[in-house]
Amino acid sequence: MDSASRRNFLKAAGAIVVGFSWAQPGALAQQAPAARLPGSLNTNRMLEGWIRINANGTVTVFTGKCELGQGILTALAQIAADELDVGYERIEMVSADTSRTPNEGMTAGSLSVENSGTALRYACAEARQILINRAAAKLGVAAAKLSVTDGTVSGSGTVTYWDLAREANFKREATAQVKPKPASQHKMIGRSVQRRDIPSKVTGGRSYVHDVRLPGMVFGRVVRPPSYRARLLSFDEAAIKAMPGVVAVVRDGVFLAVAAEREEQAIKASRALRDSARWSERPDLPPTGPALFEHLQAMPSREMVVNEKFPANPVGGKVTTLEAEYTRPFQSHASIGPSCAVAQLKGGKYTVWTHSQGVFPLRGHLSRVLRVPASAITCIHTEGSGCYGHNGADDAALDAALVARATGGRPVKLQWMREDEFGWEPYGSAMVMKLKARFDESKTVVDWRHEVWSHPHSTRPGSPTGNNLLAGWHIANALAPAVPGNSPQPSGAADRNAVPLYEFPGQKIALHFITDMPIRTSALRTLGAYANVFALESFMDEVALAAGADPVEFRLRHMKNPRALEVIEECAQKAKWRPGRRGDGAHGRGFAFARYKNLAAYCAIVADVVVDRRTGKVRVTKAVSAVDAGLIINPDGVVNQIEGGIIQSTSWTLKEQVAFDRQRITTRSWADYPILTFPEVPAVEVHLINRPDLRSLGTGEGAQGPMVAAIANAVANATGVRIRDLPLSPARVKAALASTSI
Amino acid sequence: MPQEFQLNVNGASRRAYVEPDAPLLYILRNDFELSGPRFGCGLSQCGACTVLIEGKAARSCVTPVVSVGAAKITTLEGLGSKDKLHPLQKAFIGEQAAQCGFCTNGMIMTAKALLDKTPRPTEHQIRKALAANFCRCGTHNRIVRAIQRASREA
Repeated sequence: MDSASRRNFLKAAGAIVVGFSWAQPGALAQQAPAARLPGSLNTNRMLEGWIRINANGTVTVFTGKCELGQGILTALAQIAADELDVGYERIEMVSADTSRTPNEGMTAGSLSVENSGTALRYACAEARQILINRAAAKLGVAAAKLSVTDGTVSGSGTVTYWDLAREANFKREATAQVKPKPASQHKMIGRSVQRRDIPSKVTGGRSYVHDVRLPGMVFGRVVRPPSYRARLLSFDEAAIKAMPGVVAVVRDGVFLAVAAEREEQAIKASRALRDSARWSERPDLPPTGPALFEHLQAMPSREMVVNEKFPANPVGGKVTTLEAEYTRPFQSHASIGPSCAVAQLKGGKYTVWTHSQGVFPLRGHLSRVLRVPASAITCIHTEGSGCYGHNGADDAALDAALVARATGGRPVKLQWMREDEFGWEPYGSAMVMKLKARFDESKTVVDWRHEVWSHPHSTRPGSPTGNNLLAGWHIANALAPAVPGNSPQPSGAADRNAVPLYEFPGQKIALHFITDMPIRTSALRTLGAYANVFALESFMDEVALAAGADPVEFRLRHMKNPRALEVIEECAQKAKWRPGRRGDGAHGRGFAFARYKNLAAYCAIVADVVVDRRTGKVRVTKAVSAVDAGLIINPDGVVNQIEGGIIQSTSWTLKEQVAFDRQRITTRSWADYPILTFPEVPAVEVHLINRPDLRSLGTGEGAQGPMVAAIANAVANATGVRIRDLPLSPARVKAALASTSI
Repeated sequence: MPQEFQLNVNGASRRAYVEPDAPLLYILRNDFELSGPRFGCGLSQCGACTVLIEGKAARSCVTPVVSVGAAKITTLEGLGSKDKLHPLQKAFIGEQAAQCGFCTNGMIMTAKALLDKTPRPTEHQIRKALAANFCRCGTHNRIVRAIQRASREA
């Protein structure tokens, strides 16, 4: 958007005018190739895009990352306060707004501290130097003789950042030549600063997009088809229009929605519309139960060998081969609050308040579906319920925008119902993992194979072509979904964490990437890592057992990475791991380890379980974990993420699978999709290994993989029976115990 | 047909002109602009919408306004404010007992009802009282610790 039209738009929207415009990527691309800058500075190079010093004694920090309940805005404010030498309370955070902030793509992949945090460390260090240089000129003192305390620069005489606010020139590209502070000078970094967003959340403040209230706002609801590819035959539009409070009935292809003056009126109208609609459906969903996994392996797929290594020396002596197959069902994000968005169309411009994880990518796909230039759309991140990946957030934004076209300029708050979220969010893909290992007489693995069958793990908005927003497939002038891809190693996506961090002389990791999606899939926290670590770390235990080795000792012996070794040892020690301990039929404990993406935080977990052999119910009583996340910005924030990951993974592992028949998704409410409840939650210990001189590593997805495998290993340890299919539900465990008992 | 209802909310008398079967949740949120109670399921399953009606935890998403009468309704806002926090609100901040915080309203309101009846609950009693309040981020143990802290410090 050019700056003039953007200013006009911002005035119209009543927003603060910011006299700054991010250069379009194309404009940058025409310049001479620039030096690579750290973190997101590389793609958002202007200092003034990140920091503004205000004459009133505050500092505005802009980030393209958004708060998802993970505490990122608190951590970023800690970083900015330290690097600028200003009080933490002076920092105001502005996040993820297409009209005001850097474009940092998605807030995903446990990358916000790594990318936005790193950018801010360098940008703030450089901004501080610019301010000191200005102060030096003003005071007539050498810059090196000046020091800064809470924004006041002193040498002979003093001058404050706030005095310098107007003359400090941040209208320049960052150079990253000013080194951020060493750990010894950190005051806020490394402290468990309380989260900025929690006081509002515990007192009923306006915290979420659900709480946005605008003058003249109406309430919207969608009426989705009963199944993915149903065709609309008829519905009684006149009757719905005549209902109390109804402002608009929208029909575009099979996209159906209503808007009403009052929320309960919108709900009633949407129910009446649903009841009056007649559809034609086909039984085109995959089979259920074990047949699903045979079906997955039979589907057309793109074959990729993602990692391969051949032994340097020929394998001699007696070699034993072991094989196993593991499965994971479709699983739901199951956000507590169904998705919501507020949209307004005024003077040809859309404003969308959204809890999307990526306002810029969302804007791109909205522009494509709404057939307006991106410059006519502003997307403003406003918090939602925890999303844990790609849930209905982006889809709700398009729904709201489509309904806003029919309300004569009045803003629309469009709220999905529980059944909309469960029925239409993209799920974490069902997966099959086939593993095979050969080990020699020295109990050493000589060859390792890991094959994965999976649907895509990212079908988010943001692709250069196609449309990934749900209603864009339903409107009459529909746009097809983008051709899905799979992120390459080392991070991978469907194959994430399928490549072992252990040192095996030979290995082959292959992916069967199934791009056809009869059931919609996308990014659920950890992507493929949850299932791949489940398989890899379960199989490590199976091989250790077959080789007659202790699982922890077996892992240590195959690991060379020193940080991984320390995390494994620390966890085993804190949990008082005793080698060779056997379960008693009911009680057991299991160990597992992973470094998320083989790039982010290292995490090891010992889980204790009790298995009720009569009912098959598994109870996880305790989890002890050790984590190395490099430089820790906020220790309690890291602990909260790891605790949460352990508990969420326990829920996935013991309880969760999306239900469907050959025609419809049948998971529609919490009754169909139970999650872990308070009495079932394990005690959790988190032991942090801080490495202040090493770069920060993401933690948001560090615990889920190790936890599923630790539970599976603990159940096997307790009962002597290995279960390779998730979830470890009472029915499955009971059946497994029955089939192997004498 | 819409009717006028006079409701007693957080100690004040409030009026709403709505259908008798309108769920209390939407009146609190939209007419009275109270953001504490939240829409989570509309099915009385998750607890995000919890308010107190005459001191008892109630799911406002399935409570028709006509059933409330003159009963005293208390929402999260009625417990305290940022400047004058209720011991439970203080304890939730102290224990950092939230991630996304969407379930927090229900946790605090259900805990309030519990502590009013049982000022010194055991951990087991707390977990049982919250068994039908869902948290997805996995902050359960922090929530239990916050309620224990509030119980000690109240």
